[in-house]
Amino acid sequence: MPDGDVASTPDEVEAIARRLDRPVVVKAQVHVGGRGKAGGVKLAKNSAEAREVAGRILGMAIKGLVVTRVLVVPAEDIVSESYVGLIMDRETQRPVFMVSAAGGVDIEEVAAATPEKIMRIAVDPRYGLFGHQALGLALSLYPDFSQARAAAKIMQQLYQVFAGNGASLVEINPLITTPLGQVLALDAKLSVDDNELDRRPDLAAPRDDSAEAPSEVAARLAGLTFIKLDGNVGCVVNGAGLAMATMDLVKYYGGEPANFLDIGGSSNPEKVVAALKIITADPAVKAILFNIFGGITRTDDVANGIVEATRQFKVSVPVVIRLTGTNEEKAFEILQAVGMRALSDMDEAVKQAVELAKGAA
Amino acid sequence: MSIFVDASTRLVVQGITGRDGSFHTRQMIAYGTCVVAGVTPGKGGQTFDGTVPIFHTVTDAVRNAGANTSVIYVPPALAAGAIAEAADAGIRFIVCITEGIPVLDMARVIPFVRERGSRLLGPNCPGLITPGVAKVGIIPGQICKAGRVGLVSRSGTLTYEVVNHLTRQGIGQSTCVGIGGDPLIGTNFIDVLGGFQDDPATDAIVMLGEIGGTDEQKAAAFVRSSVTKPVVGFIAGQTAPKGRRMGHAGAIISGSSGTAEEKILAFEAAGIGIMRRPVDVVAEIRARLKA
Repeated sequence: MPDGDVASTPDEVEAIARRLDRPVVVKAQVHVGGRGKAGGVKLAKNSAEAREVAGRILGMAIKGLVVTRVLVVPAEDIVSESYVGLIMDRETQRPVFMVSAAGGVDIEEVAAATPEKIMRIAVDPRYGLFGHQALGLALSLYPDFSQARAAAKIMQQLYQVFAGNGASLVEINPLITTPLGQVLALDAKLSVDDNELDRRPDLAAPRDDSAEAPSEVAARLAGLTFIKLDGNVGCVVNGAGLAMATMDLVKYYGGEPANFLDIGGSSNPEKVVAALKIITADPAVKAILFNIFGGITRTDDVANGIVEATRQFKVSVPVVIRLTGTNEEKAFEILQAVGMRALSDMDEAVKQAVELAKGAA
Repeated sequence: MSIFVDASTRLVVQGITGRDGSFHTRQMIAYGTCVVAGVTPGKGGQTFDGTVPIFHTVTDAVRNAGANTSVIYVPPALAAGAIAEAADAGIRFIVCITEGIPVLDMARVIPFVRERGSRLLGPNCPGLITPGVAKVGIIPGQICKAGRVGLVSRSGTLTYEVVNHLTRQGIGQSTCVGIGGDPLIGTNFIDVLGGFQDDPATDAIVMLGEIGGTDEQKAAAFVRSSVTKPVVGFIAGQTAPKGRRMGHAGAIISGSSGTAEEKILAFEAAGIGIMRRPVDVVAEIRARLKA
């Protein structure tokens, strides 16, 4: 990796550039791809120019994210650019290395247009990346043996980063060679498997909540899986497959789902309250649809949650409730006692919610 | 007849004293499943509800109670180890209910299980049920009915929705199998389709897929080449946006791959009857069983 440092003000950027005493690149540090295209990566010939470009990059928004920090690194003269990536592959059920001499560009485009330019190796994660595997990959990029050996070492380090952090993806793009023959990783990206975060809270620490919609952050903190969509029928469902099928059925009957929301298996009333709070905060929602198939989930818990929510705050849009399965008689009684009623058929409930949303729109 | 579980199933529950493990053990016993042992390290020598012996290890449960099938309800960080332990103990069929296992753990343990000749179902799955005989996992027994339609699905509650439609219209099931919503799973659609094709007690098959990956496309090709029984299918996630995980870790459209459209096209090309809605399962199955 090249020298360099992170800064959050133009003054700091100028100081780093002065210390490096050569042309530098100033790079926006945000958790999205396509920073270069958005104007978030700029070359500066000297420290004064570095200060000036930093002033433009800091505070700009890239894909909705405001840049608060930049990386300042020496500008390298580039002879060649390669791509080196490692992903968890569903087909082989293993981590797969992908390398290509066509680096510096979008690798998905290379994969689609010229797949023969990408070399792949599946790694057995019980043994890790063997030396000969790394060298084989590196030699496909660099005919010069000393460059290949340097690249192989970088790949082995990259594998350590992948395995050591429970990554689902790591990539170096571009891996460059300089006029002096050095092999350098100019930029890198790491995606961590969500399932690692419970046992590795250190990996979750750099999470940037501002990178997500506020409603999605609130849902995550409440233990719900929520994805905001553009429609007007709010959906509260137990189970991911049924939640997707419910959204699809809303569409089938002529409506548009406002969200994906899975309240999970062993749902307690508090989760239902949190779910309703998040959905009712969206002004686009004109009707709310509950679709609960009780297995582990007890439908009376869900009914209690709905009643509790309406006690805590006003739900001003119509709510259609479909409950069936575990303890459904109890659930129907709980709702009836407060003048609400539930349906037991999914299609009927979806149709009603779609009609109500249309009537209100 | 049925697939994977039947009257010879002798079940050991790994994590039997935990909250989920104890609740579902009672449900499985009430349904008639032959639960011969539980495993909780440190609680060996105790009994569960006064009837099921608890052992420190799966090997002890195999030796002393003759367990041949395992179901796992242990927390995500320990689940891959529990799967490996079951395979090492010679358990031939291992069902892992646990959701949230790190995918790198699964990449290590799946080949370990295969090399020992065992089959893993899941993880992140509801398990399976052979109605009237045995259930292993969490599928509610009361919505199922013994019969001749086999069902395989990536999801839990969507399975219940579809099974419920079948049962209410008098269409029983041979075995209902949930393969799980994770990107790396031990048993895929093809394994289960092959089982139903060879099962003399299964006349027709329902396959419930979802967005993400290529398992459904491969399953469709397998249906075309190797399944002679009628198959009907459903794909959840037609309204899912690209690049977002829809609850299941594996339910994600990456780039333009893994969409509902491409899977439905693959189903159609293989002659699989398309269910546009869950309720359509009844009409599709009836039409194909008559034909």
